[in-house]
Amino acid sequence: MGDGVSMGHGGGASGPTFRKGARVDHRANGFNPTKLLRDFDYGKTRRLPNGRVLREWEVFAADKEIEVAPGVKFPAWTFNGRIPGPTLRCREGERLRLRFVNGSAHPHTMHFHGIHPSEMDGVPGQGAGLVKPGKSTVYEFDAEPFGLHLYHCHAAPLAEHIARGMYGTFIVDPRKGRPEGDEMVMVQHGYNTNFDAEGNQLYAVNGIPFHYNDEPVQVKRGELVRIYLVNVLEYDPINSFHLHGNFFNYFPTGTSLQPVQFTDTIAQVQGERGICEVRFPQPGTFMFHAHKTEFAELGWMGHFEVSA
Amino acid sequence: MSTGDHPVTSAGAPSGRLERLPAWALAIVPLVLIAGALGAFAVFGGSTLGERVGPPAEELAVERTVLRPGEIDLTVRNTGPDPVQVEQVFVNDAYVDYTTGKEEVGRLSTQQLELDYPWQEATPYIITMVTATGATIEHEIAAAVETPSAGGGFFGLMALIGVYIGILPVVLGMLFLPLLRRLDARWIRMAMAATIGLLGFLAIDGSLEGSDIAASGSGAFGGIELVAIGAALAYFALTAIDRYLLSRRDAAKAKGASGHRLALMVSIGIGLHNLGEGLAIGSAYAIGALALGAFLIIGFAIQNTTEGLAIVAPLSNERPSLGRLALLGVIAGAPAILGTVIGAAAFNAELAALLIGVGVGAIVQVIQQLVPSMRDKAGRALYPASIGGILAGGAALYLTGLLVSG
Repeated sequence: MGDGVSMGHGGGASGPTFRKGARVDHRANGFNPTKLLRDFDYGKTRRLPNGRVLREWEVFAADKEIEVAPGVKFPAWTFNGRIPGPTLRCREGERLRLRFVNGSAHPHTMHFHGIHPSEMDGVPGQGAGLVKPGKSTVYEFDAEPFGLHLYHCHAAPLAEHIARGMYGTFIVDPRKGRPEGDEMVMVQHGYNTNFDAEGNQLYAVNGIPFHYNDEPVQVKRGELVRIYLVNVLEYDPINSFHLHGNFFNYFPTGTSLQPVQFTDTIAQVQGERGICEVRFPQPGTFMFHAHKTEFAELGWMGHFEVSA
Repeated sequence: MSTGDHPVTSAGAPSGRLERLPAWALAIVPLVLIAGALGAFAVFGGSTLGERVGPPAEELAVERTVLRPGEIDLTVRNTGPDPVQVEQVFVNDAYVDYTTGKEEVGRLSTQQLELDYPWQEATPYIITMVTATGATIEHEIAAAVETPSAGGGFFGLMALIGVYIGILPVVLGMLFLPLLRRLDARWIRMAMAATIGLLGFLAIDGSLEGSDIAASGSGAFGGIELVAIGAALAYFALTAIDRYLLSRRDAAKAKGASGHRLALMVSIGIGLHNLGEGLAIGSAYAIGALALGAFLIIGFAIQNTTEGLAIVAPLSNERPSLGRLALLGVIAGAPAILGTVIGAAAFNAELAALLIGVGVGAIVQVIQQLVPSMRDKAGRALYPASIGGILAGGAALYLTGLLVSG
């Protein structure tokens, strides 16, 4: 999709919309949700003497003003300057080593969901604990269990450090991989722009509310589409995902290769995640959004465009 | 008074060069110096104060809400110290498209926002404006009602309401004049005391209503002090008029005009009060806060009938012509028509507070005028009968007021 100004979806009884004609400047933000969708960060790998794969990343924290809705600036705290942070992807059984550099003016940590030693938990008071501004640390652990996980800052106040934008997706692929498909990440989150800690003014997947209304997610008819769906929404207890006109297989936390549900709507609490696998049998445009419609109308809404 | 062209040489006059300057120069020179000093401060002085502390204080007050089918129009005024940019708007937790004439609203200036939203009758709405900094400013619509379009028919209706609550009851109240004529001086004094009690109630009622309305405004041009300013203005203006009428009376025959003068002052005072009352009724109707039932109109009418009585009370010893009586009725009642039309067409809380204050000041002045007429032969203003009259007048308005309070 181009960068041109579209008149977009919605308006009046046709649905929610930001002010028509206004668009977020993705270039100034330094990230575009369309690209972020399929942007997997595999880091760098090398083989250890014992034959194991060592996978290494470097992630930095940075304070950054982000245009979260057309014209609305949000003083964010970010991993790698984007919201959500990079999608870190590895394979089950690998050794992972992540150097975390704190370029923010505030102390931060990186806390991973997964199985790891307590000193690698990325919480204050354990292991490296809080990483002060200008300092760095290394988190090192094994990639287990396979599945769909997440990471986020665990400095206090925790809700604020998450709500400011410090979260991202952590994927551990099973040893034998998953069936070939068109893979994408969707991180559900929000922005409490007035910092009242009572709900959010904006809800989104992948950084910018309503983005996939303006630039629908392009998929192919009949092709397996795999959505890594993560909920890191703060201040609201539950989030949901609903796909129009199609059904998907749902793999909670992605820790089993057998789906537990064939549905068009799933709910996730804070920190919950799961994999949705869908084949679109028909071409056309299909909406997806939180079925908590308040969130949908405050930005958590988008479209798939299925080509024949 | 001295004039600059002809220097005054009075005893103890200052001497020297300043003496030779014309007076206008003595005014201009300090003005130029003050302007220069302030200008220099504006340009250079700011840097001596350092950076401002804290985030910008973004404040907007919604001054007017107009609801049309599928559309909500807001007029917002920046009541804070910093410019405000509204970037997005959501209504009851859904973002909406809107159009506006400008991107930024400066201090004390206004901005129009036309929201594309399918609102429903009688439903409450919270409109949230999100500014460029992510701050939120909320505006609540208690129950959505379509704003009457300001056509000829609408203004006709408003004018009719003004006639119902203003002119008709006042004129009806004046029909008590023949009865008053039959009464002896004692009863007349008591009627005057009742009039004073009645007006005192109106003054208190107006002050309270004025402060309520002032509090509901944006505060950009002041709040409750506007009621006080309006009251002071009216009080002094009416005192000036009264002094003028008094000097004319002195020129004419001495005592005869006294009752006429008092009656005129009472009608002017009540007229100014009815202007504010009409304004409040018209605006309440325009924003849908007032259901104009016959009951409400009857309530206002009964209340205002007592005002007619107050006008004719000073005329019990006079023989006014019908034309003069009609004129007094119009002076007291017609402002209600003007008030309802202005209130419905262009309501502004600050203006309403000011005008209601004018009504209060006018009434206080009229009370002051009336006090001598209730003095007994011993010259006392307060004695059992007059106190009874004052309380009866206040009670009459209180009781009829219950008819119009919701």
